[in-house]
Amino acid sequence: MMKLADVAVSIVIMAFVTFFTRVFPFLFFRKRKPPAIVVFVEKYIPPMVMLILVIYCLKDVQWQTLPYGLPEVISMAVVFILQLWKKNPLLSIFCSTALYMALIQSHLLEKLLK
Amino acid sequence: MLHFIDKKAFYPAFRTTIPVLLGYLAIGIAFGLMLVSAGYSWILAPIMSILIYAGAGQYIAVGLFAKNAGFAEIAAITFLVNSRHMVYGLSLMEKFKQAGKFKPYLIFSLTDETYALLTTVKAPEGVHAGRFYFYIALLDHFYWILGGVIGALLGSWLRFDSRGIDFALTALFIVLLIEQYKCCKNKLPFIIAGASSVFVLIFIGPANMLIFSILFSVLLLILLKGAFKNDETC
Repeated sequence: MMKLADVAVSIVIMAFVTFFTRVFPFLFFRKRKPPAIVVFVEKYIPPMVMLILVIYCLKDVQWQTLPYGLPEVISMAVVFILQLWKKNPLLSIFCSTALYMALIQSHLLEKLLK
Repeated sequence: MLHFIDKKAFYPAFRTTIPVLLGYLAIGIAFGLMLVSAGYSWILAPIMSILIYAGAGQYIAVGLFAKNAGFAEIAAITFLVNSRHMVYGLSLMEKFKQAGKFKPYLIFSLTDETYALLTTVKAPEGVHAGRFYFYIALLDHFYWILGGVIGALLGSWLRFDSRGIDFALTALFIVLLIEQYKCCKNKLPFIIAGASSVFVLIFIGPANMLIFSILFSVLLLILLKGAFKNDETC
């Protein structure tokens, strides 16, 4: 666990780096128009990074060991179904997270699959 | 006390942000809970939410704090996770030009959701556009801070087993991904990103997965440039 002084420094670092990503186009492309290839790549970065981030959240899942990533897969399916059906982020996030927590805390799937 | 708020701008702004209110409360509360479960004071939640104001970044921060990550790693991961923000400003340059004194805060508070609202919304008749955008951005920021505080206080008062609560981040990303998928006409970016990430996970491994996946995706994107039409929206 990180010391409070280091946490404070980390927060300042994160604040600056985050702000940098937001202010970036306003700094570099104020006077000149960005080159076409930059515009092209930047147009498709948000959707690509979004999918990469979802997969990033799954990077440490142990697919070969009990419960074979099933809590994650099931809970993710719940997010998809709820969000496509009700379109309510609060509902989708809350229900799927509650389900996931219940699944891993109760070790239900491990017991069922043994 | 509230007479300095322009009601003609504020109430329409509030109505516009109601969906974000729900989403940010959900993930804000989960963030607050996660933070105090990791052993930190509840006051860190509003501090982070005010200064950093990045959902994904703040979640990942809790994990980085827990494993005592170095400052370089923290800077690098924060940059990668938030890299998508670099393109948001591009589409908002024109709108922000008219925003005057509100521009710095508008830039500071540019999140996925605020970006989505600002790019699609139009200021009501007779209302200063910059002020309208400002209220939207401010309300979104407030919801996020509020969620974090509620979660942190709840977590401090109630002892409860919060194992697995970080799944809320995965859920948030999926919700955002669905939004992206619906509004992006060409699905090729998703195939590229999916293939790159899986390839990186299998052949390079989970460490540094983010940077390599983004690099490979951008490379593939450039190589396959011909498959994209010029005027599609994404």
